[in-house]
Amino acid sequence: MRGKTFPVGGIHPPHFKEATEKKNVKPAQIPAKVVLPLQQHIGAPCEPLVAVGDTVKVGQKIADSKGFVSAPIHASISGKVVAIEPRPHPNGTNVMSIVIEGDGENNIWEGVKPYGNYKELSPDELRKIFREAGLVGLGGATFPTHVKITPPEGKKVETVILNGAECEPYLTADHRLMVEHPEDVVEGLRILMHVLGVEKGYIGVENNKEDAIEALKNVVGDDTSIEVVSCEVKYPQGAEKQLIKTILDREVPSGGLPLDVGVVVNNVGTAATAANILKTGMPLIERIVTITGSGVKDPQNLMVRLGTMFSDVIDQCGGFEGKPGKIIMGGPMMGLAQHNVDIPVIKGTSGILVFNAKEAKKYAPTTCIRCARCVDACPMSLMPATIANYALKDLIDVSEEYDALDCIECGCCSYVCPAKLPLVHAIRYAKAEIAARRRK
Amino acid sequence: MQLEKLIVSSSPHIRSGETVQRIMFDVVIALIPALIASIIFFGLRALLIVILTVVVCIAAEAICQKVLNKPITISDGSAIVTGILLAFNFPPTVPLYIPIVGGVLAIVVAKQIFGGLGHNPFNPALAARAFLVASWPAQMTNWINPDGSSAATPLGLMKLEGIATPYWDLFIGNIGGCLGETSALALLIGGAYLLYRGHIDWRIPVGYLGTVAVLSLIFSQDPLFYLLSGGLMLGALFMATDMVTTPITKRGRLVFGIGCGIITVLIRLFGGYPEGVSYSILLMNALTPLIDRYTKPRTFGKKVIKNA
Ligand code: SF4
Ligand code: SF4
Repeated sequence: MRGKTFPVGGIHPPHFKEATEKKNVKPAQIPAKVVLPLQQHIGAPCEPLVAVGDTVKVGQKIADSKGFVSAPIHASISGKVVAIEPRPHPNGTNVMSIVIEGDGENNIWEGVKPYGNYKELSPDELRKIFREAGLVGLGGATFPTHVKITPPEGKKVETVILNGAECEPYLTADHRLMVEHPEDVVEGLRILMHVLGVEKGYIGVENNKEDAIEALKNVVGDDTSIEVVSCEVKYPQGAEKQLIKTILDREVPSGGLPLDVGVVVNNVGTAATAANILKTGMPLIERIVTITGSGVKDPQNLMVRLGTMFSDVIDQCGGFEGKPGKIIMGGPMMGLAQHNVDIPVIKGTSGILVFNAKEAKKYAPTTCIRCARCVDACPMSLMPATIANYALKDLIDVSEEYDALDCIECGCCSYVCPAKLPLVHAIRYAKAEIAARRRK
Repeated sequence: MQLEKLIVSSSPHIRSGETVQRIMFDVVIALIPALIASIIFFGLRALLIVILTVVVCIAAEAICQKVLNKPITISDGSAIVTGILLAFNFPPTVPLYIPIVGGVLAIVVAKQIFGGLGHNPFNPALAARAFLVASWPAQMTNWINPDGSSAATPLGLMKLEGIATPYWDLFIGNIGGCLGETSALALLIGGAYLLYRGHIDWRIPVGYLGTVAVLSLIFSQDPLFYLLSGGLMLGALFMATDMVTTPITKRGRLVFGIGCGIITVLIRLFGGYPEGVSYSILLMNALTPLIDRYTKPRTFGKKVIKNA
């Protein structure tokens, strides 16, 4: 079946979703220990509000920042703070983290109370609630939600789009959420529309998830303000700019934001969590994670408390199948390869993907044969071979003229390259260099 | 937990199954129908010439890389492709020293000196052919008919004597000419395979053949004859679509095809040679970097196309 899609570029990698797409989300065990990094979002890192030795309860705010672009951190288990020190973070560095040892009781903090119906709350009250709840974009970008739904003076928002494309191969967390809790997703969308005062909302879903589309349509019923859009299965259908182009045929200007075309895009998981926050008052302390890949014995979708170690989560999926060769946080196209499994699940962990030693390949790059596959695959209409070539020659100015900064790092170019050139890697380097030069 | 030997590399972590080797292999497959046609029409000597040229190309590549102290990459298959394409440009009567000289020229001078696969500005087979035609004009144009009688090519007949060849003979390749260029049918089958496999962009052959057809009409020539004769099919489907030496942008590839078409017709009509395919492609090869530069696609989210 054909659905709507964006007009240029894109690729069709195998889905690899079979292992988990039909498995209900199960609650993971409550871990005996959590490590909560003070930076799990884009923006200013938090400062701890607790000290070593303090006891904390589930949902209690334990770190916050004065910055507007930031999101507080909450205890995801009850117990005692045993350390506040730098710990390995999925981003590859050591980040100041609060370590809590659990008391096995799951005591809920007294401040956790339902907020009630969104219709009785003003947009500003809701923004404050979501900020206090530490809500960020759960698709992986982790941009603080309250900032996203606070359009600057003079910018008019007309549309809210929920991203349920889940175009990354392997991942099924959003898929399961939409199938199992479509009412939360739709409620979340209504809340976001209410906050932004818009009349029209869309949910974009790739049409390899027919059951999710059905479920959402059932909940929406005859509410004409919300439309469930069936999108073609094409990576990167869920990239913000491509999704807006698909649904509204609007192009976010180069260097601009969806706001510039009157749109706010949120992940379906973020919306559902927003709805739950109002319902229960519980801030963001857990998320759905897809644990899958050839290196996992029993792939699962689990509801995992933030701060749970990757090793714990993998153990609950039967442990490793064979020798692990590569461990990735997120999907195979844009995820981050990890050095080990002693790192915590954070707000942006949509998946834990394990390749066994056989599947984890190192690709030996040869030379560019100018086959133009990368050009044809680029959803931003860039010339990846050319940009990468100039970047490697350190002709950063030229790579900038070829619009290196417009690259969304989707990985399509590297994926299709028959010479197995690390194009995105080279383009990232160019982008970093350009940014560094601008700061000077 | 201590895990050894985890690979930590940057995304993406999966890659398509396409490899350079696979692409070259596919091009070889696509050339097989034309090879069979040449054996049918010109006999086993055609096969001998092709094998000889391929062997020379592979050997030249290996020796050259050895001497230059570079990794030997003959397994990528590109020398085989060059060898077949070059052989297809020889008349069936060609003396055997010409394929040897030609293979060395194509690989050493036209390819390795520029840095090897991916770096050569000109199609190696065509560059070598141009040199050979200039050096041994008689041997490179000593045509015979499939029955062995000496003959001129249909283009030569038309240009010099005004004699037309029947379309059917032109289409299946029952005519005088170079080994691989005569059977339009066989070449089209191969070209269709490459299109299907996504190894060539329709814009080049369609732009090329379309332009030739339109221009021949304008200059009141017979377009069907123009399309089927000479090296046009071989050139438009296999030489002008050579990835390394043609533009990487979509608009650029269309421009490239149209440019080849214009030059070909101009040479055929006004030039000293009856044929114009190789020179037009070589000329457009030279313009490829420029074409790429001025046909940069419009970046998503930018209003105007800014040329870099
Ligand atoms: S990673 Fe960048 S250059 Fe490569 S395809 Fe995606 S947007 Fe284009
Ligand atoms: S896909 Fe790879 S080989 Fe092909 S043009 Fe791009 S960089 Fe070169």
